[in-house]
Amino acid sequence: MLSYILRRLLLLIPVFLTVSIIIFGIIHLVPGDPIDNLNRIGSSPEQRAIIAARYGLDKPIYQQYFIWLSQLAQGDLGNAIVMRRPVADLLAQNIPFSLRLGGAALLFSTLLGIAAGTLAAIHKDTRIDRSVMAGILLGSTLPSFWLGLLLILLFSVELGWLPVSGARSWQAIILPVLTIGLGGTALVARVTRIAMLETMQKDFVMLLHAKGLPARRIQLRHVLRHAMMPVVTILGLRIGWILGGAVTVEFVFARPGLGTLLIKALNQHDYPVMQGCLLMLAMAVMLGTLIGDIVQAAMDPRVRHALT
Amino acid sequence: MALLDVRDLSINIHGIRPLDGISFALDKGEILGIVGESGSGKSLTALSVMGLLPLIGGRIERGSVSFDGRDLTHLPENDFRKLRGKRIAFITQNPMTSLDPVMRVGAQIDQMATLHLGLAPKAAQARSIEIMEKLRIPEAATIYHHYPHQLSGGMKQRIVIAMALAADPDLIIADEPTTALDVTIQAQIVDLLAELVRERGVALILITHDMGVVAQICDRVVVLYAGRIAESNRVDAVFAEPRHPYTSALIRCIPREETAPGSLVGIPGAVPSVAHYPNGCRFHPRCERRGEPCGAIVPALAQPESGGELACHFPGGAA
Amino acid sequence: MTSISMTSTPSRWQSFRRSTAGKVLLTPKGGIAGAYLLILVLVALLAPWITPYPFDAQELSIAAQAPSMAHWLGTDEFGRDVLSRIMYGARTSLSVSITAISVSVFIGMALGAAAGYFGGMFDRGVTSAVDLSWSFPEILIALILVAIIGPGLTSTMLAIGVAYLAQFTRLTRSQILSLKNETYIEATLNLGAGHFHVIFRHLMPNALAPVIICGMLATGDAIILEATLGFFGLGAQPPVPSWGAMMSAGSALIFKAPWVIIFPGLAVAVTVVMINLFGDALIRALDIRAKLREG
Repeated sequence: MLSYILRRLLLLIPVFLTVSIIIFGIIHLVPGDPIDNLNRIGSSPEQRAIIAARYGLDKPIYQQYFIWLSQLAQGDLGNAIVMRRPVADLLAQNIPFSLRLGGAALLFSTLLGIAAGTLAAIHKDTRIDRSVMAGILLGSTLPSFWLGLLLILLFSVELGWLPVSGARSWQAIILPVLTIGLGGTALVARVTRIAMLETMQKDFVMLLHAKGLPARRIQLRHVLRHAMMPVVTILGLRIGWILGGAVTVEFVFARPGLGTLLIKALNQHDYPVMQGCLLMLAMAVMLGTLIGDIVQAAMDPRVRHALT
Repeated sequence: MALLDVRDLSINIHGIRPLDGISFALDKGEILGIVGESGSGKSLTALSVMGLLPLIGGRIERGSVSFDGRDLTHLPENDFRKLRGKRIAFITQNPMTSLDPVMRVGAQIDQMATLHLGLAPKAAQARSIEIMEKLRIPEAATIYHHYPHQLSGGMKQRIVIAMALAADPDLIIADEPTTALDVTIQAQIVDLLAELVRERGVALILITHDMGVVAQICDRVVVLYAGRIAESNRVDAVFAEPRHPYTSALIRCIPREETAPGSLVGIPGAVPSVAHYPNGCRFHPRCERRGEPCGAIVPALAQPESGGELACHFPGGAA
Repeated sequence: MTSISMTSTPSRWQSFRRSTAGKVLLTPKGGIAGAYLLILVLVALLAPWITPYPFDAQELSIAAQAPSMAHWLGTDEFGRDVLSRIMYGARTSLSVSITAISVSVFIGMALGAAAGYFGGMFDRGVTSAVDLSWSFPEILIALILVAIIGPGLTSTMLAIGVAYLAQFTRLTRSQILSLKNETYIEATLNLGAGHFHVIFRHLMPNALAPVIICGMLATGDAIILEATLGFFGLGAQPPVPSWGAMMSAGSALIFKAPWVIIFPGLAVAVTVVMINLFGDALIRALDIRAKLREG
């Protein structure tokens, strides 16, 4: 198992390098002088010289990349131009909020999605199935920021139950989680439903019926357990999407977090901050996929044994 | 009174009728073979008796299935479920795909005793291992903790058989229990089944396409073709003088050393699909003895003096 | 089918019913969705002539007014008519999404066909690039691109096009691969046909339907992506009306004038749902669900 995890980590290295090259390249691809892009406009020649030295801007571009990469390895992502603080500090300050929101949304959409998908699969082709499917269609097509705004309108403005924005109280996380969670729930429910329906066609399920096990027990203990494997894989692949949802939704709810920070940086042309946020998000996507694979391997005895 | 009595059974799946007027009976300690090529309706017969047709969207349209004097066709699902596994056990065609891949095999056997006999988990485990040992599974206590993918095909089939035996059933239905296995293992499994019937006095329905296996262990045989009975009789009588041309053909293509196991090289053509059943006798397009009435008139299922039942316009042998 | 229609000379109605268009439009889902999309496209095309007010007619005296007979969907913070702006917004949303997706489908098909047909190093390169971008959410790819090019409609289009490129390339490649080894393709090559001929006359026509439907469904997602970027202030810049930008401005007025947010969002939501329903009806009519799954 450990060697499997290590092997998967090694496979991520080329992906990480490619992504880091693209993110590093932002500074050089945007129009204008990199020094201007890394500094405040109208800065003094001394400041410009400091920047040039720090990023090795007089050296060939591949050397600049390695300088950037080694600074990155030491946790140094440069200084924010507009916010005027080390990018690492800004990230450290914002990441916990995003993790909390993303984690809660993931938990919410996993539980609700599995429940809804199971319900639909067990009652295939009935009114229950059709209502769940309609919910899935809506959940996967409504723009999440709009949904967030509607929820604010309903629960905060009209009913006054929950705070409109911010992250000061625990109640403040409820609406953002609902907003991101709906898309995730739709996805998990759809995969659960299809996986369960496919599993129900298998020979071993027929034999379980022949053994005289109650239908509900077969569906909930055996079929669902089986159907969980594709669900875990998809969830792993989609952790990035849920984080992507967090980007949007944080902004709508004016919550601190990576997403809000990134949008702010994009609007202010604060390139070092942009790079830091994008790098963190990309790494979260890669780790999500990895975790999904590992959990799936741990769940399936066939994979587990093949690995040891 | 017979343990299982199936009379004039017809079933309906999505508006088509893949089984039409099937009858047979069997007693405790008897082995009944149901023979035919794939598409004859053998497995559907098994599902009908097990009450599992609804799983594939089917239902019994006509006829009766009585077990131990009880009509099963109108039994509520919850009562039927308590019969399944406990009194009527099932052995599936493909042991490779018949076990839950993410559950230890021992636990899958235990389910039977905890569910049907109300045993505590510990007692169920002891019982499962005991049954596994009786089935000559080596190191049963170790195998008990294995997952299906760690076992060979023959071993998996023994697990499925152990599962079938776990609740002491009166009737076992084995649907092609050896098709997916190696030739040498096939013989072992067939012997094992025959031994169980002798020792425990259970009734066994053996579904197969291999007349050789029928000759080896069955007492009586029902030959199905395209959802109807071609003929049925005592096995010795059928082999002495097959009356239906389809039976003769099946006997002719008993796999010998030189042919690939399970292949039916002897009969040209294939069983027609349910949507394309021919008029008259359904076997007539492939029949060597076909004559005037075969393409137009369905031969009636008669009970000739030579025993059993027979549906043919030009019966061979003594009939 | 052809022999039937030749001998019995069916009425126009019958032949319409049997055609793909008939199969789509005569189902309740496909019919309603088709009608909605047709009207939407007409509104987008004719917006300058049919809107009740010009999209930029400001009148501060009637700012942030609730829906009324004069302004059916209310007015925004500058007193502009929300309905008129939504109608113009359809123009922006549809033209941006459709242009971006069309170009992306075109490039994706070319890349996918070449990769699938020729194989080798080129195929490996394309496949790993596709796999890489496949594993990142579209919004992240779009934000990286906006980071490089800067905000605006051009970068929105580019971001959408690149974000969905992987999907089309992958699908085309798998379609081409599944057809490439058919005997008739080999026979055609043996008869002396060039690669170009084989790709365009024999392989592409078969791959076309699934890829186009995939593109259509992606247009729905693209509308959301466009609106999201607009909402972040990274898409359409004022005063160009876009559904996302309208909501962005409206979010400041959420207490005072919620209709400024509700209606543009509703336009996005309904449009996307309708595109999905129409696509679904089309998939059913052409019976290509299995093909779409391969990708």
